[in-house]
Amino acid sequence: MTGKGWSSTLEGFRGALLGCGDDDLLLCERTGESDPFEAFAGRFPHRYVQGGFSEAELVLTALGLALADFRTVVASTASFLVGKAYDQIRHGVALPRLPLCLAGTGSGLCLGEEGAPSQMLEDLTLMRALPGMTVLVPCDGPSASALTLAACRADGPVYLRLSHQPRPVLYGDDDGPFTPGEGRLLREGREVTLCACGVMVHEALKAAEILSQQGLSPEVIDCYSVKPLPEQLILSSVRRTGCCVVAEEHGSSGGLSGALAEMLSQRYPVPLRFVTVGERFGQSGTTANLQEYYGLTYKEIVGAAAQAWAMRRR
Amino acid sequence: MMDETRNFLESTALDVRRDVIRMVGVAKSGQLASALSLVDLLVFLYWQEMKISLSEPTWPERDRFIMGKRNGCPALYTVLARRGFFPRNELWNFRSLGAILQHHPQLRRTPGVDAPTGSSGMGLGIANGLALGLNRRKAPSRVFCLLGDSELETGPFWESAANATRLAVRGLVALIDCNLGERSLAPGRRSCHHFTEAFRSFGWRVFSADGHSFSSMEEAFTEGLADLGGPVAILIHTCLGKGVTLFEEGRWPHSEIAPGRDDVEQALKELNDRSGEGE
Repeated sequence: MTGKGWSSTLEGFRGALLGCGDDDLLLCERTGESDPFEAFAGRFPHRYVQGGFSEAELVLTALGLALADFRTVVASTASFLVGKAYDQIRHGVALPRLPLCLAGTGSGLCLGEEGAPSQMLEDLTLMRALPGMTVLVPCDGPSASALTLAACRADGPVYLRLSHQPRPVLYGDDDGPFTPGEGRLLREGREVTLCACGVMVHEALKAAEILSQQGLSPEVIDCYSVKPLPEQLILSSVRRTGCCVVAEEHGSSGGLSGALAEMLSQRYPVPLRFVTVGERFGQSGTTANLQEYYGLTYKEIVGAAAQAWAMRRR
Repeated sequence: MMDETRNFLESTALDVRRDVIRMVGVAKSGQLASALSLVDLLVFLYWQEMKISLSEPTWPERDRFIMGKRNGCPALYTVLARRGFFPRNELWNFRSLGAILQHHPQLRRTPGVDAPTGSSGMGLGIANGLALGLNRRKAPSRVFCLLGDSELETGPFWESAANATRLAVRGLVALIDCNLGERSLAPGRRSCHHFTEAFRSFGWRVFSADGHSFSSMEEAFTEGLADLGGPVAILIHTCLGKGVTLFEEGRWPHSEIAPGRDDVEQALKELNDRSGEGE
């Protein structure tokens, strides 16, 4: 899984849109967006719309375009898209189950220096709580690209969480479909299940290397579909391992860890440990420093895996 | 306007008012006064002004109507039922469990509802996007968006008003229901007229009409809609509870609370007498 270069999920998303020749697919960005998708606007001026000044206006404009039967993708900084436009998303998009793709760029801690307001660590919670909303968190360029196209074909609303952070490319172009409700088994093991999404998938793989050297054989799942969860994949893994660690670049309530806890506690209770930011807001700093400070590295996953394994009932 | 047309619209409005009262009476909840004030406007739109297809409700080139003012839904539902979008019997299930007629206009649940407007201040923003989309589809459709005058005092409304000119949408008509007469204004609140200049400063053309006179509405719509190259606002002056003396004279203490059975009976009797029918 090396030698394929690096890319960010934002690049994957943008590549998918550029490569998609569907005239009915529109991209809607906020007027005054700091990082507009100029290549798309230049190549497809008739498919690019500068929506409102605020995220609320942006979502309303996109929603109106969707009512004129356009497949519409809305892209803006996750924190403001989810935070400022929650009312519009709830009443205008989720309630009538409109097929609209909400792409939260600059998610998690990736806008490091911009500080807490730009670092939403509860977006998965908020979006996951809306009935009928699909929530996807890709971990590399190719999976982001495939999931973008899946989101544009979905028959209901989708929240796609994207990051500017370049990460090693895990998947090839011929790695099969990425489908909402599915996940990927990246590494097989017997003793602990590591479930992760987004940038934390890469940390989980690093942790797995170290754990296996220490004699604990971990299974790694790329859980890119936070909602619906790939239940069968997760259940078949924890039935074998008997314990699970969840890692996400997110707060401790209601994200991927919350989703797994809800599902496993009812279907197959096993010891769980979470690697998250916890009950904290972000702050200014480089993304790498923040990830270290908030405990979002392979080291925490290694520790959590050892704890989860020790908690197994024998 | 020909006498024949006006007589037809007036008698239709009377029928609609009676159904609105029955509907809210059966539901024992809902805002009657707001709905009654909108009846004449909606009758004018759906029988006179808007291009809709009775045989193909989802005709892509139809004019669209966005109901920003949730409280007026009983009037919209009655009009939609009478225009054949769904059976009139559905009116008697308004606001009850499982009904297609919710308190707010719900897209994909109520036939004939063109946009979801669950939260106040949303309507105009959606209208912008919808009009833009229809422009891009080269559809001749126009988008009418009805807004309550209290929405003029919300922030999102003005973002949308500015956005309409920036997006250069064509075929957009905002209808502002001005039911706050100078008399009934709470201290510190402004009437619609104070916003005319604000609209103009954003590049809108502004007109006004008496929302209870079909001739006045026809005149304003003819003049205003002659050029839809930019956004147009029409201030529709209405009277809360129009058509029912009890409401018009403000004898019902709180216009937004559903009336009791006696009030409903009295209101219906008044309208029946006016139409020359006994119940």
